Order: sequence, then C-alpha cells, then structure tokens
Amino acid sequence: MGILNKLDSKVEQFESGNIIITSADKLLNWARLSSMWQMSFGLACCAIEMMATAASHYDLDRFGIIPRPSPRQSDVIIISGTVTLKMATRVKKLYDQMPDPKYVLSMGSCSNCGGPYWEHGYHVLKGVDRIIPVDVYIPGCPPRPEALLEGLIHLQEKIRSQSIAKKVS
Amino acid sequence: MAELKTEEMILNMGPQHPSTHGVLRLELVMNGEIIEDVKPHIGYLHRCFEKHAEAMTYPQVIPYCDRMDYLASISNEFGYAIAVEKLMGIEVPERVEYIRVIMAELQRVASHLVAIGTNGLDIGAFTPFLYCFIDRERILEIFEITCGARLLYNYIWIGGVSRDIPEDFQKKVKDFVKYFRPRIKDLNNLLSYNKIFIDRTANIGVLPPDVAINAGASGPTLRGSGVKFDLRKDDPYSIYDKFDYDIPVGEGEKGTVGDCWDRYMVRVYEMEESLKIIEQAIDNIPEGDVLSAVPKRVRPQEGEIYFRTETPRGELGYYIISDGTVNPKRVKARSPAFCNLSLISQISQGAMIADIVAIIGSLDIVLGEIDR
Ligand code: SF4
Repeated sequence: MGILNKLDSKVEQFESGNIIITSADKLLNWARLSSMWQMSFGLACCAIEMMATAASHYDLDRFGIIPRPSPRQSDVIIISGTVTLKMATRVKKLYDQMPDPKYVLSMGSCSNCGGPYWEHGYHVLKGVDRIIPVDVYIPGCPPRPEALLEGLIHLQEKIRSQSIAKKVS
Repeated sequence: MAELKTEEMILNMGPQHPSTHGVLRLELVMNGEIIEDVKPHIGYLHRCFEKHAEAMTYPQVIPYCDRMDYLASISNEFGYAIAVEKLMGIEVPERVEYIRVIMAELQRVASHLVAIGTNGLDIGAFTPFLYCFIDRERILEIFEITCGARLLYNYIWIGGVSRDIPEDFQKKVKDFVKYFRPRIKDLNNLLSYNKIFIDRTANIGVLPPDVAINAGASGPTLRGSGVKFDLRKDDPYSIYDKFDYDIPVGEGEKGTVGDCWDRYMVRVYEMEESLKIIEQAIDNIPEGDVLSAVPKRVRPQEGEIYFRTETPRGELGYYIISDGTVNPKRVKARSPAFCNLSLISQISQGAMIADIVAIIGSLDIVLGEIDR
C-alpha cells in the first residue's frame, strides 16, 4: 500500500473495506506535496538548467512535478533567472493569478539577490523576494539540476509540516 | 458570396508563454485566424551587459559574455577573447587554438540540439525533445570534466584557456562522435522527415534571400534561405581554414527555399559538419602549455576593434574601444538573434496563428542575447 507508507505515522486501517483514518492535515499535505505542478516559466540561463532537469536525464516527472503552461493550473512557480524591472510587474501578476496554496522557489543567484548583476545592473531587481514571498532559495549560478531537485525536496518537506488549523498564539 | 468582414483583433503573446523561448512579448494583429502584423516587444531581459563591461576589467567581462547567449557560452567568449587578443597583439599557442575549436564545435552541436528539440516541442512533438536533451547531456559531461561547469564556463581566457584538457578528453570526444552519428539518423526519422512535422513547417514563414540579407540576418536563418555565408569559411578566424567541411544551405527540399523546414534542416546538417571538424581536430592537438600566452595584466593600448565570429545563431561581433586603462571604454555586442528576430513581422504576415510558434522556433532566438 504505497499511499499508507507515504502517510506513515498515525494511520489506522480497518480490516474489512477500504477505510483508513488519518488527520486532515496529513492527507492534504500528502496530496499537495506529491503533485506539485510547476509553472513552465523560464526567465534566463537558469531556465535552461530547469529544462534540463525536466527533460530525460534528470526526469522531474518522478517527483510528480510536471510543467503547466498556465498559472491558473500550477502550484509552484520557479523563478528561474534574472528578474528585470520590466519583468518584475509581470512576475507579480503571474504570482497573483495562481490559486492558493501556492509556493515560490527562487532558483539561482539572480533571483535570490541579483547575482552577477547585483552591483551595476541598473535594470535588475535585486532579489525576487522584494515582490513576492519566497519559500525556498537555491544558490548557484546556475544551480546544478541536482541542486534544483534538492530545493524541490526541501519544499516538499516544508509542505509536509503545514497545518490547516490556525496556530493559537 | 460577399467577403465577410472581420474586426481586427490584437492578441498578446507572452512574456510568459512556453513557446516564446524566454521572455519575449509579441503583439499580434489578427484578422480572424490570419496574422496581419507582428510587433515584437523586447527588453524583458535587459541585463546591462554594456554597463558591466565598462565597469569591469577585460578578463572580468568574459563571464558576462557567457551569460548573453547562455545556450552557446563558449562561442560567445571565443569571439570576445579573439577580439581582445587582436587588440593586444597576442599570439596564442597552437594547442589552445585546437582546444578552442573543438569546444566551440561541441557547443554548436549542443546549442543546435536545444534549438531542434524545442522547435519540435513547440509544435507538439515531445519525444524528440527528450532525445535531444539526453544527447546534449553527454556533451555537457565533456564540458564538465574539462572546465567544471555545465552551462556557463568562463573557459576561454584572453590568451589561452583556463585549464588544460583532462587525460581522457580525446577518448570521450571520440566516443561521443561515434555515438552521435547514428543518433542524427534517429532524429531525422523521428522528427525531420515526419509527415506531421513537414506539414507544420514546410512552406511556412518563407524568408526570401534578399530580405534576409537586407535585414542583416545571419547563421542558419540566412543559410536556410540558400545564401552560402558562414564566417568560418568567408572570413576565417582561429584555425578554421585548416579543416575540410561544407556549409549546408536550404534547398527547398520539402517546400519553398527559406521556409521553416529549411532553417530547421540546416541545423541538422550543421551538426554533422561540426562532427567532421571535431574528428579532424581531435587527433592533431599539438603539445604545449595552454597558459603560456595568458597576459598577467590585460591592458591594451588605445585603439578600437570590431571582430566577428560565427556562433550557432550567426554573426556575433564585438566592438571594443580601449582607452589604455584596464577597463574597456566601451564594448558593444552585435547580436545575431536580434537581427534575426527583426524579420519576424515580414515572414509571418499571412500565416495562421498556430504557425507563429513554428516560425519563432525556426529562428532560434535567445532572449539573453537580444536584450543583453
Ligand atoms: S543566476 Fe546565473 S545562471 Fe541563473 S539567471 Fe542569473 S546569471 Fe543566469
């Protein structure tokens, strides 16, 4: 039972029938993290590494991550490359169009902080986190596909620990 | 029946669109399904290359050249390095020339593989894309053992290359050439001579040779129209005149000369020619020290130079002005993809809206180089 293994702890199964009991959080998180549909949205050089990761050698599909061309069908946006000032408003708009829950992965130095264009890039946004909230940062210029995969796994870990209940403060 | 009149409609395509190869926005003026005009809007990836070149020293500019055309980094730094060497009057050792040419040709194959794969992907053929990328991965492996990076190498330095080739380099390259020849045949069976692919690309986006020349097109876009012009032959640089290879041109095999299929097919033929060059060069690499001609301090005397090389996209020129300091006064890049993109309005008028992705794919633009 693959599903049961993935839900791991606190799952109860009854002997007859297909009834299992688990918490709503666990079920939702499991569903979300196993099919993170990514928006196919490339910005610059890092996008080529993203394409290479999605193609045959590194095969992103095995993580349940497939590219979707529309923001309205995607869960994750990978900011793969340099965000220029002209593009920044468009990136923000794309992010706003995505349905909740949505996650942002910042791939490469450029979208983390401006990267090689940090000092003299008069037209480069110094970090995409100035316009949208970022969940996971991946360093590198460009990050290797392995690094991107690790970033995605970190994001899955993050989703695993979410809760729909409001925390009592 | 009287002609039905339709309202003119303006359709925006991009900047986020899977088929615009990056962040390009096209403003399509449509009459029903027919394209009346296309206006490309660029500047979404303007990364201030020229400003950086002014602020950096000569060797520090090389990584920014890499990032201009990120699919063919080696070819970009190649042109820049030769330009600065000419400005300073440096003679590079024979060994360096051979290594550079082999790397540049491998890069050409890798770049064309992406162009071909994404051209197919855009019009719906997913499998060839995966085939192309697995082959490209093999080339990247060779690059990785040589210079440690997969995409942006900073390998070609002014006066040399950053490090010597590893011991098993020659064997790896030979293995690759042997492995890749039959793969081109597979690719042709899968995509090039596929009925659907031909239907989607032949007779579409026809670019007449005179229009191409007037617009300053170069590379496979120009050669697809039947013009035999390649800087490696017509204005030889480095050691390209030592090798025996052909310049393939479009012949209108499946439709009209200069259609999307011709431009596509020129890239396939060019990969074979690149393999030929690699084969001739790989066994003749002379001994030597690759770092012997690298200057300690790059400080050309006052002067200016324009130097052009043939990258996978066409004629890439660097215009460098030196004022005698360690920083260039000005570096201007003449980008081939920019000129090729400027043709899009002329060649897509009268095409259907679905053809525009085939046309963009066949022009093989890289936005990093257009916007710089
Ligand atoms: S981080 Fe490096 S590789 Fe990525 S987009 Fe920026 S310059 Fe290109």
